[in-house]
Amino acid sequence: MDTLGLLNYAIFMGVLIGIYALLSLGLNVQWGYAGLFNAGVAGFFAVGAYLSALFTAPPVPDRIMGWELPTVVGWIAAMVAAALIAWPIGKVTLRFRSDYLAIATIGVAEIIRLVLRTEDLLSGGVRGITGIPRPFGDLPYEWSQLAYLALTWAMVVMIYWALERQLAAPWGRMMRAIRENEHAAAAMGKNVEARRLEAFILGAAIMGLAGAVYVHFMRAITPEAIDPMMVTFLVWIMLILGGSGNNRGAILGAVIIWVIWSSSELLTDRLPAEIATQAKYIRVFVIGLMLQLVLRWRPEGLLPEGTHVRRSS
Amino acid sequence: MSGLELINFYVIPGLISGSIYALGAIGITLIFGILRYAHFAHGDMATLGAYVALGLVGSLALSPWVALPIAMAITALVAVVLDRVFYRHLETRPKILTVMASLGVALMLRSVVQVVWGVDPQVYSTGIVRAESYGGLMLRSRELITFATATGLVLFLMAFLRYTRWGKAMRAMSDNPELARLCGVNNEAVTRLTWVIAGALAAAAGFFLGINTELNTMMGWSALLAMFAAAILGGVGRVEGAVVGGLVIGLVEELSVLVLPSQYKMATAFVILILILLVRPQGIFKGKVL
Repeated sequence: MDTLGLLNYAIFMGVLIGIYALLSLGLNVQWGYAGLFNAGVAGFFAVGAYLSALFTAPPVPDRIMGWELPTVVGWIAAMVAAALIAWPIGKVTLRFRSDYLAIATIGVAEIIRLVLRTEDLLSGGVRGITGIPRPFGDLPYEWSQLAYLALTWAMVVMIYWALERQLAAPWGRMMRAIRENEHAAAAMGKNVEARRLEAFILGAAIMGLAGAVYVHFMRAITPEAIDPMMVTFLVWIMLILGGSGNNRGAILGAVIIWVIWSSSELLTDRLPAEIATQAKYIRVFVIGLMLQLVLRWRPEGLLPEGTHVRRSS
Repeated sequence: MSGLELINFYVIPGLISGSIYALGAIGITLIFGILRYAHFAHGDMATLGAYVALGLVGSLALSPWVALPIAMAITALVAVVLDRVFYRHLETRPKILTVMASLGVALMLRSVVQVVWGVDPQVYSTGIVRAESYGGLMLRSRELITFATATGLVLFLMAFLRYTRWGKAMRAMSDNPELARLCGVNNEAVTRLTWVIAGALAAAAGFFLGINTELNTMMGWSALLAMFAAAILGGVGRVEGAVVGGLVIGLVEELSVLVLPSQYKMATAFVILILILLVRPQGIFKGKVL
């Protein structure tokens, strides 16, 4: 690969890392702050991707919407839609232990996948949705890529900043109190269920945003583009490895895991065809094993949550 | 559509997949009830069991029905080892971490199956088996055996839990692990026994799923939601609940095709799950609510 090609690849990687960092930050709100197990990350991601695509893409016969609205409208719609799906699910399952939420989120992700596979009116069938506009898409190729990289990371920084603010606020302290001892928090008069629901919805909205950022980068999407189990699981290992409860850890985990994941893909692609397919599954195995090792030897992750001593009043 | 057609095309397939879900749901409900976490690798454990049986059929030229008990034993052993290696050390930590570990184990089991057996769908034996008519009821022999074996396994397990020392120990630990330990129940042995039962039944579920349709590496994961819905519908910790729940989910899934596009069959389990959590979270047989 020549220098330019390498640079382009690095930019491409940078955007995807940013998208995964957003997902990881979203999951951190749910798991790191509130201890909620979301096993359907890919579902909220897909909803965000599709909704933003449908809002902004040009209209096509045999498919609904295609309103050619500005990208920012699509992104907001993506967040709202993911939040609206999270709300009833959280409402029903958050009364119980987090296991029930986990089961329900697996179901949600499956159903979203089923709907996208089945309803050609929504997903544009096998052709998928194409012609999704990209901010700065009119610039020459390299500059457009670079501008989108900056935009993606601007979103990451913005979400990071907002979450840090939220965590330092009374809301954040209350969330930690609930996570550490929900009975004590409830006895102090905190509404445990409502706070958890807020965290779940907020996290889902961030995941929806990540989907929207993804779809405008790719400019097209088909139902097969998102492998639900892989997306969900990669985000989980990113957060656990980076350090759940710590937003910087969530971003660090996204960087490390995505670099490992995609460089191992480069490696396995060079193998002869007959073992290349097997190598693909061995990569998945290794990621699964990695989670076990982190849970066993470093459950707090690379950047632990810290004690959150207030520095100033 | 006549009543007989309804039974042949919807009720019988529903009961068959219902018994398969029941076998999986029993393991889930026992683990949920006794060890107190949702085991997400259960579906892929069923996949593994089905493929182990396939391996035995292929390499030793066994009849699938002979391979079944051996595959059940092997999967039971695998389940015990998985518990030791991946779940045991998380015992004292919040249970949700074990749930997460099990999600990782699910992925690992599946990729092992994919590496060893490939991703193309496979079958135990080729050729078309014609259904025979029993006074208008069209049944294939494999369907009869599925139903009979599942019934036998369930009755055996229920008798075991009710009358034997170990069965009583399992129920005691499900009620209150601390109290059971104080009364001399060996929690570790009960945990092991739970995994043996859950692993063996998961393998049976995977095997029957494979012999009634085909084997593919996603089959267990796809059935997981239905199995969880069955366990919760029946009541967590209740074996008879898991059986009834499994049959209900299997039947409703098949009958849903009458009113819904068939692609959405899988969604019915989810709808039932949400409804039961809304209306009666303890399930039909008054199980635990964690």
